[in-house]
Amino acid sequence: MKSKATFTDSHVEKKIKVKRPSVRYWNEPQKEDKSRDGENTGEAAVQQDRRAKKRKQKDETSAEKKLFSEKSDPFPGSAPIPKDRLQKFKRKDKITKPPRHYRKLKQVITRSEEASDLALKQAARFDLLLPEDAGFLEGDEDEDTCTISQEDIAEAVDITSGAKYFNLKLTQFGPYRVDYSKTGRQLLLGGRRGHLACFDWQTKQLMCEINVMESISDVKWLHTDSMFAVAQKQWLYVYDSNGIELHCIRKFNDVLRMQFLPYHFLLATASATSFLQYLDVSTGKEVAAICTKTGRLDVMCQNPHNAIIHLGHSNGTVTLWSPNQKEALVKMLCHQGGVRSVAVDKMGNYMVTSGMDKKLKVFDIRALKPLTSYFLPAGASCLSLSQRGLLSAATGDVVQVYRDVWSTPVTKPYMAHRVRGSVWGLQFCPFEDVLGVGHGEGFTSMLVPGAGEPNFDGLDANPYRSAKQRQEWEVKALLEKIQPELISLDPTDLGRVDRATFEQRHQEKVQSLGFDPHAKEKFVPKFKKKGRSSAGAVERRKKQVAHVDQRDVIRKSVEDKVKMEEQQKRKEAKKAALSRRKSALDRFKK
Amino acid sequence: ACSKTSRQLTEATAAFNYNTHINACHKLKQVSNKRRNSLKVLLQHDSPASSTLRSTSYVVFRFQMKVKVLSRNPDDYVRETKLDIQRVPRNYDPSLHPFEVSREYTRALNATKLERVFAKPFLASLDGHRDGVNCLAKHTQSLSTLLSGSCDGELKVWDLTKRECVRTLQAHEGFIRGVVVRYCGTSFFTVGDDKTIKQWTMETPGYGEEEEPLNTILGKTVFTGLDHHQNKSVFATCGQQVDIWDEQRSSPIRSFSWGVDSFSSIRFNPVETDLLGSCASDRSIILYDMRESTPLKKVVMTMRSNTLCWNPMEAFHFTCANEDYNLYTYDMRFLEKPIKVHMDHVSAVLDVDYSPTGQEFVSASFDKTIRIFPKNDGHSREVYHTKRMQHVICVKWSSDSKYILSGSDEMNIRLWKANAAEKLGVLSHREREAANYSQKLKEKFQHHPQIRRIARHRHLPKIFSFYRFGFSSTKPGSVPVLSEKEKHVVSVVK
Repeated sequence: MKSKATFTDSHVEKKIKVKRPSVRYWNEPQKEDKSRDGENTGEAAVQQDRRAKKRKQKDETSAEKKLFSEKSDPFPGSAPIPKDRLQKFKRKDKITKPPRHYRKLKQVITRSEEASDLALKQAARFDLLLPEDAGFLEGDEDEDTCTISQEDIAEAVDITSGAKYFNLKLTQFGPYRVDYSKTGRQLLLGGRRGHLACFDWQTKQLMCEINVMESISDVKWLHTDSMFAVAQKQWLYVYDSNGIELHCIRKFNDVLRMQFLPYHFLLATASATSFLQYLDVSTGKEVAAICTKTGRLDVMCQNPHNAIIHLGHSNGTVTLWSPNQKEALVKMLCHQGGVRSVAVDKMGNYMVTSGMDKKLKVFDIRALKPLTSYFLPAGASCLSLSQRGLLSAATGDVVQVYRDVWSTPVTKPYMAHRVRGSVWGLQFCPFEDVLGVGHGEGFTSMLVPGAGEPNFDGLDANPYRSAKQRQEWEVKALLEKIQPELISLDPTDLGRVDRATFEQRHQEKVQSLGFDPHAKEKFVPKFKKKGRSSAGAVERRKKQVAHVDQRDVIRKSVEDKVKMEEQQKRKEAKKAALSRRKSALDRFKK
Repeated sequence: ACSKTSRQLTEATAAFNYNTHINACHKLKQVSNKRRNSLKVLLQHDSPASSTLRSTSYVVFRFQMKVKVLSRNPDDYVRETKLDIQRVPRNYDPSLHPFEVSREYTRALNATKLERVFAKPFLASLDGHRDGVNCLAKHTQSLSTLLSGSCDGELKVWDLTKRECVRTLQAHEGFIRGVVVRYCGTSFFTVGDDKTIKQWTMETPGYGEEEEPLNTILGKTVFTGLDHHQNKSVFATCGQQVDIWDEQRSSPIRSFSWGVDSFSSIRFNPVETDLLGSCASDRSIILYDMRESTPLKKVVMTMRSNTLCWNPMEAFHFTCANEDYNLYTYDMRFLEKPIKVHMDHVSAVLDVDYSPTGQEFVSASFDKTIRIFPKNDGHSREVYHTKRMQHVICVKWSSDSKYILSGSDEMNIRLWKANAAEKLGVLSHREREAANYSQKLKEKFQHHPQIRRIARHRHLPKIFSFYRFGFSSTKPGSVPVLSEKEKHVVSVVK
């Protein structure tokens, strides 16, 4: 190989006038080499030339190989992705590979896994390019962040952010309910005594302001920023952003609380007559009306992960509802005394409740188990969770914000702010570090650093969208409206294999056909020539196959056994660890 | 220290913000970037610059705090001029996209519905023949040329883009049994009931000249089928025996017979170019190697096969159209059992042709329909029929795999789309992306009952439902169960 190369070298040298390659920074060690060697510079130049020629070729070959500058690539292969970031985008565990003989299935599975793996990696890599970072607030070494006043924060931050802290003094028609639109641009205020106002709260541009001359118990934006629903004294009304009454829905009476499910286009209402009703706002039809038979329903929230409605009751229970079932999906006894407020986090993992017993409790909503319990001296009347998991609780006229309520036991609030009058409505603004507080004296917009999701998705909720983009989004969103029948506790149910139905259908097929079409084919030995298919040889071959099958079965059972034993051991170890704690009776043991 | 500087910074930015109302927008961007960077520097704990500041600032401020609040520059999210496209910042975080599965399902359902809405497969009917169309041939070089032979011996050459006949010639007396274009595309061969093989040039004769064959071979018996070699000047005919002809000679260079009185079709293998397959009237399919003097092997089935077609991508696989309403895909190495039985026709299958991709094939049947089957699926994915189309005698899949041509008894040739809902013509990038995406979604959710019901729904004449659900007269268990694959093969002879 080498001799060949030298041969071509001389050939090249003779024919072509050697052109020195342009100086590159990676050539420097080469130069030193040259100066050391001194004499054979021509040869080195030729070598360099050849290398330059082969540059492309070498680049294409594996990265482990040394570069032409004799330097090894310090970062071979593609850049590594941190595991936690991969974990963030992971949807499913890997599928266990099917047995050998399902060749086609195996191919399909490997191909789809490859595709999803690629998608996962690309998404994780893209995460690095996100433009914004989340906000934060850190105090001095021995200083609580909760003592920092809103004025100080507003003063310290830039002027546009500082302008997001403001108070609206509305003393006449209070207390106020608050709702931010899905993009976080529009704010809707509904005063108890009929005052209704919606405005772009960042530019402070008023869209409409009316008085409905009736008491208002709740307000809610519908899917766009041009329509909102208002629960008034008797009926439910829908207004547009100019304050024009679009609908008066007489089927929905005495509504106290409302929730809008944006992907289902459903408006869920809870009424004083203990009815939970669902209104499809795209067709205007009532989807379901459920009589909960639990009295006045004034505590309500939705699980944004699976569109289940949580209702809190005066007997201390929280019930979970879907429009497909007349009974509650789950009933949980959460408090002694009535439930005052409920909130569920964005991923649908945790539920936070507060009750008349002045306790604040966190539940794992997937396992339906209590996690932690806090005691608040004043009790929390309103709860709200932000996109990044901050919890705001209103205790009287003080709004407290907590951080990491479910992961670590919290002793102090992250932030606190006193407003005038008791708090009536509380909501974090999506994609902003802002908490809107509606109270007896009007409205306060608080700065809560680290509350909002810093990077929004332009196709889902874009605060900066133009009118055209909004129209397009609306059409798309309506096209992919999820049917109310698909609401269930686990939203990924639809992506799973329906084994029960499959088995039933399979049985029916077996009955109608008279045999099992999916059964494993019986082994029939091939006919072999030259006397190798004697009766004995055939039997032997059959036995061999049977043995292999049997071995597989045995191997599996042994593996299962080992697994069971390991589990047992782990359990016992845990028990032993528990029992190792000394009790008073241990002294009597030998 | 931080707060002081950040305060100064905010003052600065305030000033700048004020200025931006007057200045150009790019300046603001620069400033805001600067601010962001400087904030980042300040937020590092032990940067020397901040430590020097600290001593001085302690006096002024009661405490130090570090704060950052989300503050986006709208210029990063809004397009600069109206001529730009809209900015769409993405974040693929799954927590921002709830109900993924349900939304995808809804999209798949919509895509399936739209597919059925846009399924308009029929493109054109080419009329002009004065008798039933008996055979079709694709041009090997030109996509837009089609040759068709009818039962009255007339041959027509069609221009498919203009959808008109460009040339008519009376090739034979009686039926034209087979047409095939030479691999170079300059001439074509026909065989007819008048016991002749004729070679014609592809060029139209000049004004006043008569249509004359280049070459005429008089055979002893009637020829029923014809096929040309892929790259040699050799062609094969079938009739009472299978003959291999050299184009230069007037007698066959080789003849095969295996105790069979007549053959219905013969096909060269497009990959292993010296292999041939033929369907015989004694219910057998016989395979030959052109280089050998005797046939390779044959498989006898319960009913006669009409035609066969080799898979152009998988050299060993071929599909035959059988009289028993089914099609069978065989691996020529293992003829004991077909790889797949394709059922759905309700009458004898008369012709079959593979797509050039080798993934699908189309079949023509006596039941007045043509069906498209995936190569490894037992049931058809598509069925085409019209009110006026009678028994379909011949069918071809065009070489660009986009169209299907069928010739039927009522003298018409029909042009169909291979994918009924496909949009023809040049697609924009976004259109193609959307089509690919919806195709993938349809695949992903194809087994969901709602989607499958819509995807499989076809309007068919009533007669089909009668055929499909017949009653069996035997008691269950009285007849031993045989799988469909084993049922139709009688024997394999080598």
